Amino acid sequence: MSHYDAIIIGAGMSGLAAGIRLAMYDKKVVVLERHYVWGGLNSFYQFQGHQFDVGLHAMTNYAPRGARGLPLTRLLKQLRIRWEELDLHQQGHSAVSFPGLKLNFSNDFELLRSEIARAFPGQIDGFDALTRQVRGYNEFDLNAPTLNAREIVESHTTDPVLADMLFCPLMFYGSARENDMDWDQFVVMFKSIFFEGFARPQAGVRHILKLLIDRYRRAGGELRLKAGVSRIITDGQRATGVELDNGETLTADNVLSSAGLVETGRLVGSAGLWPADAVDVPSTAGADKMSAQQAAGTAALRGKLSFTETISVLDKPARDLGIEETIIFFSNTERFNYAQPNDLCDTSSGVICMPGNFNLPRQPKDHLVRITNIANYDKWAALGSAGLRPAHAVDVTSTADAHRMSASKAGQRPALPYYEAKQHWYARSCDDVLSHIPDFRPYVSLVDMFTPRTIRHYTGHEGGAVYGSPLKKRTGESGVEGLYIIGTDQGFLGIIGAMLSGISMANRWVLQRDNAAVETT
Amino acid sequence: MTDEMIKQAIIGIINDINPDEDTSNIDAATRLRDQLDLDSMDFLDIVMELRKRYGVHVPDTDYEHLASLDSCVNYLRDKMAGKELVS
Ligand SMILES: Cc1cc2nc3c(=O)[nH]c(=O)nc-3n(C[C@H](O)[C@H](O)[C@H](O)COP(=O)(O)OP(=O)(O)OC[C@H]3O[C@@H](n4cnc5c(N)ncnc54)[C@H](O)[C@@H]3O)c2cc1C
Repeated sequence: MSHYDAIIIGAGMSGLAAGIRLAMYDKKVVVLERHYVWGGLNSFYQFQGHQFDVGLHAMTNYAPRGARGLPLTRLLKQLRIRWEELDLHQQGHSAVSFPGLKLNFSNDFELLRSEIARAFPGQIDGFDALTRQVRGYNEFDLNAPTLNAREIVESHTTDPVLADMLFCPLMFYGSARENDMDWDQFVVMFKSIFFEGFARPQAGVRHILKLLIDRYRRAGGELRLKAGVSRIITDGQRATGVELDNGETLTADNVLSSAGLVETGRLVGSAGLWPADAVDVPSTAGADKMSAQQAAGTAALRGKLSFTETISVLDKPARDLGIEETIIFFSNTERFNYAQPNDLCDTSSGVICMPGNFNLPRQPKDHLVRITNIANYDKWAALGSAGLRPAHAVDVTSTADAHRMSASKAGQRPALPYYEAKQHWYARSCDDVLSHIPDFRPYVSLVDMFTPRTIRHYTGHEGGAVYGSPLKKRTGESGVEGLYIIGTDQGFLGIIGAMLSGISMANRWVLQRDNAAVETT
Repeated sequence: MTDEMIKQAIIGIINDINPDEDTSNIDAATRLRDQLDLDSMDFLDIVMELRKRYGVHVPDTDYEHLASLDSCVNYLRDKMAGKELVS
């Protein structure tokens, strides 16, 4: 039986980054991933000969080479990755588009400011004051109290539409809460999107993942795919190891989990402090905030925000259709509603991404328009039976070309409501962006779409909750000694955030502790 | 290891942490933090690298001794005695 200094659950961005840190300093570490490929919420796949990224629209937190004190620079230093190696290319410009109102922004903050001065002349002083408060706030203080962003934003701007326009991109790219954000999360997202901005590598997320995997392997880390963790073993006090789906057990001094808060709770089971369906399980955590939550039922812990993503391949670059923006965050209603819809999808708001509109050295092979909409996991989960199709093909891709499907293929497939629903919502999703971009539908040659069910299937996140639980464990402490939460539910979101989360938790709970332990011996 | 080599050891570590940093003109008497882009995560790395490369252990409570190159030299002189510079 193998004993490790640390076991990491999940080969997403956070797990890989944590793994690099530990392997770098000669810790015996293994990353265990249930899926047969790494990347987690931001992985990649092949579909009909095309290479698609699961998630990547943009990497936030753009920083020029050598820029001091910024999250990207910190991350590069910690992982010993050179800035050039990331191959980052900046966005052209993006926009927030509401009925009759549009705010352009870019990686130069002045553009957003001037746009607000133009569209909301009465609000610019308030916006400046908000900006100062954001700038002055240290979002990396893990012990800061939780405040509501909306209250603070509305204390500076008296126009609720401006507030919504500011919230829209920040929520879409990083809020686990409906219609509000924790202030520290708002600050993280504001800085990462408006102050720092968007960029991407030419080759998308594959490039980032390759860098991470290479670093990890070179440092001597072990990665096991198709190695799902079915249980975290504790001795009542401490986590001592894990059991895998195949029954194998591994022991370790530390377990770092990126599976999510509720999901990790499930893995701990009744020995844990927050078993997931545990309203009836007596709380053991005394005054812990978590136990209060537990008493109220774990429903409150479960993230409600999931998304559908459509990928349309065009037969010409989006620019040739007159689409200039890199990313558009839109709402078709004056007030933006960031909440779980009652229907399968809410196509009245969303994110439209044109990856080809980054300033890339080479036009990417595929000309894509990607659209994200908020979706309801339970509604998607209740549809049809996936059993008629092989388990693996269930969700990822197979809607194929919605147009073609309705024309010729429909007869060949079992008429599963799930696939019909995808077809229906793909069409709705396209229709509802047409007041923001020119009609691209005639140029679509191939379509893929994934749903909250896909996300759940491939990442294990309950409810397909991309941003995890609304309750974050900023310190990473799980309530069980030796078991720490990293990634999404530790509270740093997105690609850069997840990596920083893995790094800071590995530092805090393994490396620093280890260094402190030397003292006493 | 001479005092000069101790400085080289620290600068070597900083260069590895941040290859984009210009370390050619560091003033030995001034705090490193005031001259370079170093945060607390980087100081952890200096400590971890000292341990990995030279087997020198710097307890948390002694981090302050790493503030400037001069203070590094004073603090590390005994600990690094007899060790070879690792590049
Ligand atoms: C459609 C979409 C678009 C996105 N777009 C962007 C974007 O443009 N920019 C951006 O910055 N971010 C984007 N994100 C968000 C970003 O992908 C995530 O925030 C980030 O990848 C989260 O990383 P993580 O390590 O915290 O978690 P995850 O990526 O979820 O990693 C967790 C891993 O753990 C594995 N796992 C779970 N349970 C177990 C178990 N029991 N045993 C073994 N393994 C297990 C999962 O399979 C998974 O690989 C997007 C996400 C989605 C879904």
